[in-house]
Amino acid sequence: MVSGGLHPPTAVVVLVAAILIAAGWMLWRRHRERTHGFLSDVDRATYETLHTVSLAAKPLREGLTEDGATRAARHLLDMLHASAVAVQGVPRTLAWVGAGEHHREEVREHTASVIRDGQTVVIPTGRLSCDDLECPIRSAVVAPLVVDDLVVGALAAYAPESSAGLARATEEIAGWASSQLQLAELGRERTRAMEAELRALRAQISPHFVYNSLAAIASFVRTDPERARELLLEFADFTRYALRTGGAFTTLSEELRNVERYLVLEQARFGDRLSVSLLIAPEVLPVQVPYLAVQPLVENAVRHGLAGKTTPGTLTLEARDLGAEAEIVIEDDGVGADPERVRAALDGGADGENVGLGNVDARLRQVYGDEYGLVIETAPGAGTKVSFRVPKFAPSLHQGGASVVR
Amino acid sequence: MTNDDFDAFSVAAIVLVCVVTLAVGAFGLRLSRTTSDFYVASRLVSPTRNASAISGEYLSAASFLGVAGLIYERGFDSLWFPVGYTSGYVVLLVLVAAPLRRSGAYTIPDFAEMRMQSSAIRRMAALLVVGIGWLYLLPQFQGAGLALRSVTGWPTWVGAAVVVVTVVLGVAAGGMRSITLVQAMQYWLKLCALAIPAFVLLWLWTSQGAPGPLEVAGPDADLSAWYEPLTNFPDDPYPLYSTYSTLLALCLGTMGLPHVLVRFYTNPDGRAARRTTVVVIGLIGLFYLFPPIYGVLGRVYLPPHLAEIPVDQIVLELPKAAFPGLTGQILAAILAGGAFAAFLSTASGLVISIAGVIGQDVLRPALARVTAGDSGVIQSFRLATVVAVVVPFLGSVLTAPLGLARTVNLAFAIAASTFAPLLLLGVWWRRLSVPGAFAGLVVGGGLATTATIVTVVLRPDPGWLATVLAQPAAWCIPAAFVTAVVVSLRTPDRIPVGTAKILARLHTPEGVELQSLR
Repeated sequence: MVSGGLHPPTAVVVLVAAILIAAGWMLWRRHRERTHGFLSDVDRATYETLHTVSLAAKPLREGLTEDGATRAARHLLDMLHASAVAVQGVPRTLAWVGAGEHHREEVREHTASVIRDGQTVVIPTGRLSCDDLECPIRSAVVAPLVVDDLVVGALAAYAPESSAGLARATEEIAGWASSQLQLAELGRERTRAMEAELRALRAQISPHFVYNSLAAIASFVRTDPERARELLLEFADFTRYALRTGGAFTTLSEELRNVERYLVLEQARFGDRLSVSLLIAPEVLPVQVPYLAVQPLVENAVRHGLAGKTTPGTLTLEARDLGAEAEIVIEDDGVGADPERVRAALDGGADGENVGLGNVDARLRQVYGDEYGLVIETAPGAGTKVSFRVPKFAPSLHQGGASVVR
Repeated sequence: MTNDDFDAFSVAAIVLVCVVTLAVGAFGLRLSRTTSDFYVASRLVSPTRNASAISGEYLSAASFLGVAGLIYERGFDSLWFPVGYTSGYVVLLVLVAAPLRRSGAYTIPDFAEMRMQSSAIRRMAALLVVGIGWLYLLPQFQGAGLALRSVTGWPTWVGAAVVVVTVVLGVAAGGMRSITLVQAMQYWLKLCALAIPAFVLLWLWTSQGAPGPLEVAGPDADLSAWYEPLTNFPDDPYPLYSTYSTLLALCLGTMGLPHVLVRFYTNPDGRAARRTTVVVIGLIGLFYLFPPIYGVLGRVYLPPHLAEIPVDQIVLELPKAAFPGLTGQILAAILAGGAFAAFLSTASGLVISIAGVIGQDVLRPALARVTAGDSGVIQSFRLATVVAVVVPFLGSVLTAPLGLARTVNLAFAIAASTFAPLLLLGVWWRRLSVPGAFAGLVVGGGLATTATIVTVVLRPDPGWLATVLAQPAAWCIPAAFVTAVVVSLRTPDRIPVGTAKILARLHTPEGVELQSLR
């Protein structure tokens, strides 16, 4: 089949295999270094313990759940050198790892006083009865898990003989586990704070727009009642969209539809002085964007860019496909602005004029991260170009997370 | 067949296709989309157009040249190839199209991350996307080399270089970036380029009394291996097994091709994704009616005992053999242009996908570290494009071709052994755990890769072992599934938190409000 040269799939396959082998070799090297380094026995024991500690920390950061407690308890068992370790929450027993699983039902009873008083308790040998003579569950040390001065559970270590060493170790490890749970609580609070911030950043309709629209509609009521009626209906649809309660995200095509309503209302006021040019890649229309992300930018262009202009102005709205991201650009050939003032508006310096810009910028950064903020190019008399990027897939948006599903 | 005479018509057609592709890529969006009318601007891509685009990107050199070559060489057994290429979309339609769209994932690594919530699996999937994409690009470049050699006599690397340069210019300049309209036009271009010469050739053939391959070969020749199903070939002694294995690879591999899933994102929702897939099946089925015509007519006008032609060039040589003179040259030019359209559209779709993954998962983090976060998306994407193209280009220059359709099948086999378990179990099985999914990817990918290495490097003597290794899909895919299932069942505590929630979202039809999800 092949006369000379290399074989194409061979080359690719050999390359892939070489990469896999190299990766495997590096893993093995790392493993070897970890186990057979030039270390004394004491050092090695210390490092192994530290490693186990770091392994146990991760599941504990998820808080006191059955899944996390079971995974953490395995590593805690290694550290304590006990026969079994149990984690009791309030009110359920979350985990039992080690020998003598048939004692699981009794954990609640063993830990009751600890959870009530918050004091470490040693259950001496003989107090735990068992029909099985081989069963190593004869005595226990139970230490409380405390978060914010509140006992949220207990850690129980079971062994044939309770010793001072085991008691000390259990108490220390329970203290350490408590600090990890405290971190978990902090993490949850941070998420809650972020969600609250996101809710507070809920896009706002600008009051100016409401006055101006109503005034423009009023001017048509006598001269062109039919047009006034249409504009009122547009206004109703616009406010329904902008004031809706529900998810914080919408598709770009929905958002564009709302921009259209907005522009119909503005054109009632500006007439021929405002022309709009659209360049939308249809591939990016289904992309999820924070809702009311585009309209405030268009409003900013109309109010600060084009309204101050005496000659007719053009607004260009462009949506580009950048592969894994979409880019949205709003450009006007209006009066422009001093970059320093725009910067101040983005930093939240409240001169009240460019509130929309700062708000959109903050929400984009909040959702997608700091590299996804607004990019604004402007100078006095040179028009303004505002652009931002949105990833087509954002993991934070799709993990069934709290406030963002639909 | 050496072509010392330079075929000016075909070269002109190829140049035209390359230039038009670049021009439409650069200005296409601007020409088609500037408006002040919101209704026009915010019209979503219709399922029909999106389906044309998917088909345009999917029908590659293997379809345009390779299938006809296989039928010419191997006979009716090879008809399973077009059947398999199409039926992959049936599996996609029934099992994954709508849930995948509802997942919101843009690429397979995105889906892996979203479903398994594990960055390790994301990285593994990204690695596989790049590997499969490179393996799939290789025959595109080689096919371009063959096609250009066939019409000019130039060495094969020139054709590959032409495709590489066109694709890099188009993709890196930002113009060709997966514009649906352009790829949709590519489908119709390819269909016409293949169908029109086919009808002319059929007309000639019937006007000559429709001689069959048997009559041409003469009474002494034994063509039974060609026209009888499931016949043995020296390098393929177990045709039944090979056929089933190939079919399995094609059926399950389609869903794992990097450039297919990306297009499904353009559909607004799961229902549109399904509708698109149905149209794709129709369009691809229509296209595959034509390659067999070239395979059979090749036996009539270029019988193998008279002509020594690389089988992948049969489509390009056939018109000149049937119509000596101007007609033949024009038909050959149409086919050459169509073939180049096939290389360009498939290659650009693949390069965009691979470059996206390299840029996002490898280069951008690395660049961000080097330049302290000062590098843009565009730069890293351009750099990634070059990386995505150079590796398979070097592969195509340094290696001898194995046969377009067969190289593509290797890509299908690896995709089917890795992404099919991930996607099918991820969409339909709530007990899939992170180690299970990872083990499935490693075992499926490892076995399929190893089998290919053994086949092409060690070249075992023909026998059952050689056949089993040459057609790994039939045992690699079950192995990957079993591994994923068994490991998942052994690690029930590593099932991602929120699996039930995610699956509910994947399977809830649009229009149904899921209150409990919030």
